[in-house]
Amino acid sequence: MTAYIARRVFAVLPVMAVVALFVFFLLRFAPGDPAAIIAGDDATSEAIAAVRAKLGLDRPMAEQFGLWLWGLLHGDMGVSIFSNLPVTRLIAQRLEPTAALTLATLFVSVAMAVPIGVVAAWKARKLVDRLVMGFAVLGFAVPGFVLAYVLIYFFAVQWQMLPVQGYRPVGEGLWPFVEGLILPSVALGITYMALIARITRASMLEVLQQDYIRTANAKGLATDRVLLLHALKNAAVPIVTVIGIGIALLISGVVITETVFNIPGLGRLTVDAVLKRDYPIVQGLILVFAAAKVFLNLLIDISYAFLDPRIRY
Amino acid sequence: MVAVTDDLPLPARRFSLGTAIRRNPTIAIGTVLLLILVAIAIVGPYFVGNPLKIAPVNRLRPPSERWWFGTDQFGRDVFARTIWGSQVSLIVGLSVAAISSTLGLAIGLACGYFRRIDGLVMRIMDGVMAIPSILLAIALITLTRPGLGIVIVAIVIPEVPRIVRVVRAVVLSIRSQPYIESAIAGGTRNTKLLLRHVLPNTLAPLIVQSTYVCASAMLIEAGLSFLGAGVPPEIPSWGNIIAQGRTFFQIAPWTILIPGAFLATTVLAVNLLGDGLRDRLDPRLARRL
Repeated sequence: MTAYIARRVFAVLPVMAVVALFVFFLLRFAPGDPAAIIAGDDATSEAIAAVRAKLGLDRPMAEQFGLWLWGLLHGDMGVSIFSNLPVTRLIAQRLEPTAALTLATLFVSVAMAVPIGVVAAWKARKLVDRLVMGFAVLGFAVPGFVLAYVLIYFFAVQWQMLPVQGYRPVGEGLWPFVEGLILPSVALGITYMALIARITRASMLEVLQQDYIRTANAKGLATDRVLLLHALKNAAVPIVTVIGIGIALLISGVVITETVFNIPGLGRLTVDAVLKRDYPIVQGLILVFAAAKVFLNLLIDISYAFLDPRIRY
Repeated sequence: MVAVTDDLPLPARRFSLGTAIRRNPTIAIGTVLLLILVAIAIVGPYFVGNPLKIAPVNRLRPPSERWWFGTDQFGRDVFARTIWGSQVSLIVGLSVAAISSTLGLAIGLACGYFRRIDGLVMRIMDGVMAIPSILLAIALITLTRPGLGIVIVAIVIPEVPRIVRVVRAVVLSIRSQPYIESAIAGGTRNTKLLLRHVLPNTLAPLIVQSTYVCASAMLIEAGLSFLGAGVPPEIPSWGNIIAQGRTFFQIAPWTILIPGAFLATTVLAVNLLGDGLRDRLDPRLARRL
């Protein structure tokens, strides 16, 4: 098992290296003159030269790469073009709301979708199952931000049960914190829930046809025991895989959801950076989001070893 | 009319529309919805008037007989804007699907068949896939001037690896088949082998995957436009209309909900078509989902 985990951890390195090279070369090989575009439409040639110097684009490519890599390995992701603040600090300041929203969504989605999928598989081809599958098809089609506005319209504007937007840190009390996260996490999690529910149902259906399930039923075990202990445990690997795949969906969605709900997290930082064409921030955010995704997927890979002792590759 | 038996796939079976619909209702529903939307996108703009005409007198009117979908904060007709917006969604969806399928097919065939480049190329694909697609698109858009073309390119890059993985997996399973080995033994050249024996096997999964790419491209485009990083605001796209409706959402929810419903319906139609095609073309996968 240690060897398996070690191999998984080392497999992360080339992926992150490619991500880092990608953001480095994207700026250097973008069509046109990125420095001119970042400086703005009516920038003077001095202003463009200043941007170029700030991004280090005026040096030889090899030197640029060396400096950039050296900084990156020391946690230095450059400075923002507009505010001149270090990108690392800007990201650290905005990390909490995004982490809270992503983890809340992850938790809510898994906690809701897995039971829904289990019930659908148990009652396969009955009304409950058809409703769940219908929900799953819709969940793939409705964009998170459109659903967000539908939810806001009913729960916040019409019925005034939940806040329209905003984020309260956990330090201001648990309920205000939770209250502000309910609508965003449902809106963000809808596609994710649909995905997990669908895979849970499919994986459970396959397991429920196995002989040992028939044996368990035949010897008179209670249904919930058979479903949860015998079936779900053996159906877990595909479910966990898709939970990992879906993290990419969550991270892409978080940028948009934060904009809808005015949550001051990394997503908002991204949008502000794009509007000001502040490439160092965008570059830092890509590295952080990709690292988060790779790290969560690493945890999932490692969990396989515990879920299914046969897995060793 | 030849009698259609259930199980035997007769090569000379005549095509009957009724049977086709009964067997694959999802393909039929998806296709009909999509055809309606394509018709709206092509013909609609000739009938609906100017989507950019500003009329401050008529600002924020609710849906009525005169303005079917109401007006926005500049008095622009939301109906006209929504109809025009369908063009952007369909153009982006179809071109991203076509371009990334072509690129993905070429890279996937090469990786699956020529094992020497496989390791390196797949590591690059893994790296690209580690970057959330919206962020990758955003990074590219930060560095270029806004426009429809760059939005398409920015969505194609993150979608290509998804196609590559599917194609490569098929090629890997095909290349160990005896008929490939005998073709190699018979001295068939690589190009012919790839095009005649390997390529046809990849088409079914490729078509299914490209419908999903099309749906995801439409969602990403709308998301980018919503964030202000997509097509320029002068072009009415569903994402842009929704973004501009944000400020007045509480008093004029139709500016967001109606284009949102159109977007959801379009994506639903493409997904239904994809699910139906998957069940029809790739039964092994269908049983798993």
